[in-house]
Amino acid sequence: MLKYTLRRLLGMIPMLLLISIVVFSLAMFMPGDPLGGEIDPTNSDPEYIEEMREKLGYNDPIHVQYWTWVTNFVQGDFGKSTQYKVQVSELVKSRMLNTLFLGISSIVITYIFAFAMGMTAGRKAYSKLDHFIGGLNYFGLAVPNYIAGVVIIYFFSFKLGWIPFGGSHEIGLQPGTLEYWISRFHHVLAPAIVLGALSTASYTQFLRNDIIESSRKDFVRTARAKGTSESKIYNSHILRNSVIPLITFLGFDIVTIVNGAVITEAIFTYPGIGTLFLNSVNNRDYSVLMTLTMFFSLLVLIGNLVADLLYGIVDPRIRID
Amino acid sequence: MSEHTKENKGPLLEVKNLETAFPIDGEYYNAVDDVSFTVDRGKIVGVVGESGCGKSVMSLSIMHLLPKGIGKIKGGQILLDGKDITNYNDKEMNKIRGKDISMIFQEPMTALNPVFTIGFQLEEVLFNHFKISKKEARQKSISLLRSVGISRSEDVVEEYPHQLSGGMRQRVMIAMAIACQPQLLIADEPTTALDVTVQAQILDLLKEVQSINDMAIVLITHDLGVVAEMCDDVIVMYAGEIVEKTSVEELFENPKHPYTEKLIDSIPKMGVKQDRLGSIPGIVPSLKNMPRVGCKFADRCPRAMPECTTITPLLGEVKDGHEVSCILYDESRPKERANA
Ligand SMILES: Nc1ncnc2c1ncn2[C@@H]1O[C@H](COP(=O)(O)OP(=O)(O)OP(=O)(O)O)[C@@H](O)[C@H]1O
Ligand SMILES: [Mg+2]
Repeated sequence: MLKYTLRRLLGMIPMLLLISIVVFSLAMFMPGDPLGGEIDPTNSDPEYIEEMREKLGYNDPIHVQYWTWVTNFVQGDFGKSTQYKVQVSELVKSRMLNTLFLGISSIVITYIFAFAMGMTAGRKAYSKLDHFIGGLNYFGLAVPNYIAGVVIIYFFSFKLGWIPFGGSHEIGLQPGTLEYWISRFHHVLAPAIVLGALSTASYTQFLRNDIIESSRKDFVRTARAKGTSESKIYNSHILRNSVIPLITFLGFDIVTIVNGAVITEAIFTYPGIGTLFLNSVNNRDYSVLMTLTMFFSLLVLIGNLVADLLYGIVDPRIRID
Repeated sequence: MSEHTKENKGPLLEVKNLETAFPIDGEYYNAVDDVSFTVDRGKIVGVVGESGCGKSVMSLSIMHLLPKGIGKIKGGQILLDGKDITNYNDKEMNKIRGKDISMIFQEPMTALNPVFTIGFQLEEVLFNHFKISKKEARQKSISLLRSVGISRSEDVVEEYPHQLSGGMRQRVMIAMAIACQPQLLIADEPTTALDVTVQAQILDLLKEVQSINDMAIVLITHDLGVVAEMCDDVIVMYAGEIVEKTSVEELFENPKHPYTEKLIDSIPKMGVKQDRLGSIPGIVPSLKNMPRVGCKFADRCPRAMPECTTITPLLGEVKDGHEVSCILYDESRPKERANA
């Protein structure tokens, strides 16, 4: 397992290099350059600008620029945000923690709902309850998250005042206190549900179908022939089989959440890397954009690795070595 | 260990006029049609017949293991040790399944749950029926595995089904089935999916556990050769019905039904075994196309007469303990019976 993980991690290096070239080229081809943010905007003396260009390395040959960027990047120096005038690493760190909190909340909520609904629907297949859950799911699949987000904000924030409009917590709370965490959770709840809605719906449906399929398997008949109770058959024999593919989705969730966070965070004005990304696009904050893009790519690769590793852990038929 | 005492002098299993039906296009069709037989304690009863003649449906009916919401027991009675279990619900059945009556299936490759260890699955049946500790259950399952001829049983309890061969898995299934020392084991083609050499070993094992535990077996098979080796009595089924019923010796010496004759003819000679009976022309009619009147075998029968499609034969005793359902024998003709 360890060897396999190491091998996979090593295998990511050429992949990441390739991605870095693409990211770098895209940044190069995009209109404008971030120079505007680095120099004194009141000074338009061409000599001053030329001097700054030289100083910041914009006149170096492309491969040198690339190499400088890469070597700095792997050493943890992601450059400076032209928009916020702080180190990108600083900027990303605080935003990252917010997104992480959102992501984990979303995954937990997704799995709780998916398991509860999927198991019920699967066991009571074709019943009224099953159809009701199925209906909910199609709703979850069909409604785009930006619409769901807006509707939720309208009703629950604007009309009812149950949830905050945005932000990650009340201002002025001492981090680490209970109130602080309650406030954080309060703020993250709506975006987490919206962010997880698609996954919840598809996992519920997946689990339901898998349970129905498994319930027709021979091993279920064997369990019945042993005198095993119906609830134990569902909660242990069938569920254990259906959980395997579901657990491996966790790896892909990482990808889905990073992607979904961009829109969901923007709607709920939640200060995570998603909003940061959009802001950076709007403001041509290249160092932030490049860092985040690299970061998203890395997450995709890691997500896939996690999925494969989880498979090996939860399914005894698959041995990873 | 079993609660059932030998007080009840009657047969262990008594099936009376069992009818099991499946819905096709909203209408129920009988896959098992008016089947009656008994199994005595400690005896092995063979059930033979071609594919699709209702052997599995019959045994699943006895176990109440028909696919839920699809198969239905429409009529008849099932008595186990004198108790009528026909209308038992799941909860009542779970008390006796695995304990008084067990079943093993044709496909050992899929019959075990792929994500649980052998030990877990074996111990489950013990936990279902006895109050024992984890440690006791583990010891018991190791010794059970050893008793079915698995030598590395300490290791095997920790292993998963995919690590075992088909023959090993069927041994595990047998260990599971005999764990609570049931009085009756239903074995639905336990060797069909296995290699020939392994088949013989599994049959030997069944015979061995049968005599040690003094249990009765209903052995379902395609293979009359197996019947000859293993069984005391035989039931020959065709299209959901019993067409002949007698002791093994009598069946081979004195087969009465043309279908039985055909089956015996089709046993490969010279020791070459084949597991499917391929040599009777035609196939068992599907449930929907089953003739309602007359003998269901008539269109494939080499000795068919015009009457065969108009007179529905009944099981009649042509000789002591030898019943047959074919109008070649007067005992099977409904009219004569009524007159007698
Ligand atoms: N779930 C089901 N739904 C509908 N019809 C069924 C179902 N199971 C069995 N049947 C029908 O019942 C009849 C008897 O099938 P059964 O499986 O008992 O045959 P069998 O004698 O066990 O055959 P085999 O030797 O192939 O195992 C067949 O006509 C089959 O099509
Ligand atoms: Mg069968």
